[in-house]
Amino acid sequence: MNVDSKFLGLGYLDILSFQDTPVHRLDPRAKVLTTIVFIVAVVSFDKYQVSALLPFAIFPVIMIVRGNLPAAYLMGRLLFVLPFAFFVGMFNPLLDRDILFRVGSAAVSGGWISFFSILLRFVLTVLAALTLIATTGFIGVCTALEMLGLPRVFAVQLLFLYRYLFVLAAEGGRMARARSLRSFGDRGMGVKVFSSLVGHLLLRTIDRAQRIYMAMLSRGFHGEFHFRRPFKMGFPEIAFIFGWSALFILFRVYNLPRLLGGILTGVAP
Amino acid sequence: MSHHIVEVENLRHVYTDGTAALQGVSFRITHGESVAIVGANGAGKSTLLLHLNGYLAPTSGKVRVGDLPLNKDTLREVRHTVGMIFQDPDDQLFMPTVYDDVAFGPFNLGLPPEEVDERVMEALTTVGVAHLKDKSPHRLSGGEKRRAAIASVLSMKPDILVMDEPSTGLDPMARRQLISLLRAFTHTKIIASHDLDMVLDLCERTIVIHGGEVKADGQTLDIFTNEALLSECHLQKPLSMQGCPVCGKG
Repeated sequence: MNVDSKFLGLGYLDILSFQDTPVHRLDPRAKVLTTIVFIVAVVSFDKYQVSALLPFAIFPVIMIVRGNLPAAYLMGRLLFVLPFAFFVGMFNPLLDRDILFRVGSAAVSGGWISFFSILLRFVLTVLAALTLIATTGFIGVCTALEMLGLPRVFAVQLLFLYRYLFVLAAEGGRMARARSLRSFGDRGMGVKVFSSLVGHLLLRTIDRAQRIYMAMLSRGFHGEFHFRRPFKMGFPEIAFIFGWSALFILFRVYNLPRLLGGILTGVAP
Repeated sequence: MSHHIVEVENLRHVYTDGTAALQGVSFRITHGESVAIVGANGAGKSTLLLHLNGYLAPTSGKVRVGDLPLNKDTLREVRHTVGMIFQDPDDQLFMPTVYDDVAFGPFNLGLPPEEVDERVMEALTTVGVAHLKDKSPHRLSGGEKRRAAIASVLSMKPDILVMDEPSTGLDPMARRQLISLLRAFTHTKIIASHDLDMVLDLCERTIVIHGGEVKADGQTLDIFTNEALLSECHLQKPLSMQGCPVCGKG
């Protein structure tokens, strides 16, 4: 996989956000707020919790189904970032060897439980963030955050980052291609050439920043950004926020799988 | 109306590294004129253009736009009068969507939202990309980007349009459409370009810059038939004025 196709993947998230489904039509603020409640609820569990996390999967699943998102593609994106969580948790089974419970003759240590808990949280939160962007678009998310009180400087930074990510990626991609076309075997592919390549990219970026600022000035820029805010909070938005948030709080306070297990086996929790 | 005039008087510009990019350039462009600025690479065209809206300050000499001498106090007014369209539309389209980009200038002028909306839609319709208003600039084709960039300047209702290489990177059809679009504008136009065929189509007057000086200033046709001048300034007759490649006749 090269740089081009990785960024194309990012552009695909953008294309998904242009769809017209009930989820896409919601005010971005509603989706951002709900996703924040979701993430806070998921990460606030203690480190050995696994079973209580499971019901939370319903939120991304319903968003994917109702938002007409390609599940396989999102899973692919998820796998792409999963190694980060893997490395965060990978020493837990070695460091935390206290036995929590036994399954048959196999002892399960606290380390393994917390490792799985980390992976599960990671999957849930990243999936929620991905579905948020795929149903709202990056621009929608940034504008919503700004309207919810994120300082405008940060919102503008994020939007600029997003706008020029593609330009930079295309530029970097062209340079990398130019190098590989004139490199044979190991010659020309070393770190030395790479660092000069990155240096050039930086210089070009500075040049471009200067030209963009020039274009801004010539259109009367004097420090203020104005955005359109074509959003409206209505009944569907309020219902979305409060409905899901109530559910997340329920999931957070009661361990539903354990309760259900208790009922089924007739043993009180 | 006198505010469509651009006057440059003995303009000199020396960059901080000592390069003398302009060495005494003078001309006067009056209301409604369409003027081409041509010259070899590094002749000083871009430096000259950047003086016209006050991005660069002259080392010596004067720039007047309309009734105003260009200085710090008049900068805002001048930038409102002179609409600058840059060579790379990616530099010009920096807002998240086409609409926001076209609205950027009018908002900075302090117009109320309803009027901004009106101007944005008018500008987008003029250049024929109203249907792309909610798209991100990185999703547009080269020709669409160029049109959006022009709209982003038109929405400020400038009197004078300054363009740096407007036809680069366009396919022949998009280039042809751009030429018709520009021809329909009644603004005073100043176009820096290597595309001499486009110049022939659009500009009745041409200023030739060479080595930071004005080498010639006159009727486009006169200049393009002066072969000695053209070759001295690293230029060539526009293709449409050269002989037929099959039969050799002009």
